[in-house]
Amino acid sequence: MRIENVPERAIPRSASQLKTIAKYELTNYLRSRRFYVLLAITLIISGLLTAVVAYYRPSGFLSSPLGFYSSWWGLAVTYILILSGIFFGGDAISGEFQNKTGYFLVVNPVKRSTIYAGKWAAAFIASLAVFGTFTAVTVANGAYYFGLDVPYQFGLSLAFSVLYLISILGVTFFFSSIFKSGSISILVTAILFLFALPLTQSLVSNLAQMEPWFLITYGAEIIGNVLKDPYPAHIVTVQLGRVTFTTYNAPILNGIAIMAAYFLVCAALGMIIFDRRDFS
Amino acid sequence: MVNPSIEAVDLTKCYNSFCALSDLSLRLEGAKCVGFLGPNGAGKTTALKILTGLIRPTKGKALINGIDVQEDKKAALSTCGALIETPEIYPALSVKEALMMVAEIRGVPSAARKDAVMKAISEVKMEEWIDMKCGKLSKGMRQRVNLAAALISDPMIMLLDEPSSGLDPRGMAEVREIVKGLKKKDRLIFMSSHLLSEVTEICDEVAILDHGRLLAYDTLERLTSALSVGNARECEASFSRDLSSDALKEIGSTEGVLGLKLVEPRRLILSFEGGNEAQERILAKIAGLGVGLIAFKSSSSALEETYLRLVKDSR
Repeated sequence: MRIENVPERAIPRSASQLKTIAKYELTNYLRSRRFYVLLAITLIISGLLTAVVAYYRPSGFLSSPLGFYSSWWGLAVTYILILSGIFFGGDAISGEFQNKTGYFLVVNPVKRSTIYAGKWAAAFIASLAVFGTFTAVTVANGAYYFGLDVPYQFGLSLAFSVLYLISILGVTFFFSSIFKSGSISILVTAILFLFALPLTQSLVSNLAQMEPWFLITYGAEIIGNVLKDPYPAHIVTVQLGRVTFTTYNAPILNGIAIMAAYFLVCAALGMIIFDRRDFS
Repeated sequence: MVNPSIEAVDLTKCYNSFCALSDLSLRLEGAKCVGFLGPNGAGKTTALKILTGLIRPTKGKALINGIDVQEDKKAALSTCGALIETPEIYPALSVKEALMMVAEIRGVPSAARKDAVMKAISEVKMEEWIDMKCGKLSKGMRQRVNLAAALISDPMIMLLDEPSSGLDPRGMAEVREIVKGLKKKDRLIFMSSHLLSEVTEICDEVAILDHGRLLAYDTLERLTSALSVGNARECEASFSRDLSSDALKEIGSTEGVLGLKLVEPRRLILSFEGGNEAQERILAKIAGLGVGLIAFKSSSSALEETYLRLVKDSR
């Protein structure tokens, strides 16, 4: 028997489905407790910085506009970016398996890569909202002390921070697609970004005396370095008695390349893993 | 419009040395409702998950309307609604928002989207909870929303994995009515269930699976007749008043009747032989007796016996 009374309907293109998934996922994020917790953490950090600088008036902060942005921004921005990545990306994909929300979405005529990208876009926008709050408080304080004389280096640092956020979310989504448990994927990404990568970077550059060009945290140092005038030399060697210490500073292009490479490789691998993973 | 079809070709799914599904080959075509039966762990959900792209087969193909689900899931599922297990829904979204998301993904035009959502919500009787957050719904309510999501684009094919799971008796009856409504609209429905009475009431055909292997696939009548002793069939008759012993004698004397079992004063199970002709004759005879016949249907116990025999033989 042929069926005649079924509405003919074209399934939307993947880009349109991505937008739909991102829109509703973002709504879900913005109403979640974790969004408000992260926003509260950001406001507490911003409030503490505001109070400390206003009360103690540290010279490092108030000597020049560039010094102000370098000190303020360099102190907290990477932590806010990492926390955003962990909060919004840590269980974004693993949660689909653990909480069975995947059974609601995946059985529809939509590619898994579209679901992955849509969720990534939502996590990125939610993270930008938190990051934007911190940026607004930073600029407001800078304007209070130095007027609207915002150094161009801050604009660059802002752009590098967004790139770092993109790459962090790429990495957290990748780990999230590996694990089926949300808490494990959150824990792994937290340990990785807050302890493992900084520790490895320190060991590689200080003990092995090697440039840690393969570490995302090394590439992300351009966020703080660009606020220094002059920009630090790529390789700095310090002779202390008979011992020579070498420190490395990623040049801007290298930093951009490292962060972009992390994002591209992790996003591709994460999508492939999610695409091939069984909901069982 | 194409003839709707679901096809499994040598479908196999193994987890290390354990095979949840072994060489399942099955083709369902046309408008009908097919019950998918089997004990726990038989491979029913595995098969439905492969058909909806939730898992990949180790071997074989799953085709919906001739399109390989693994090769082009988006095209294959474009005319297919599915409810597998009891999915969770994004907790901070309201029922309406969750269904709007599915409607958008499935390409329901924006002008018709709201109506489509309202119609699906009304079909599953969730109007009162339309603005409630999905995270606050009970399991039964969530299952209703999931069913609404499967119905939302009025799909040609429905894949349902124990759709009444988690529902109260009223909810189960409502699900049965929804599936019957889909049958009236000439859809192809493939539904797994443990409720043999539900399958008897709704389904035209039955596929029975055990240990990942297909044991039988046929119409309900043929399957129960073929496996009953001497081609005997069972039907169940319900009456509006208690049956007298005279009426019982009269029914028992009808040509083809092999036995009667009065399970309740107003419910009788008849076993008979002679196929549809005999069934027609017996029904006419009972109706003519004026004993208050209000229902006459294939007995679910016949399916139960067939099912148990098949499953027992396969072990």
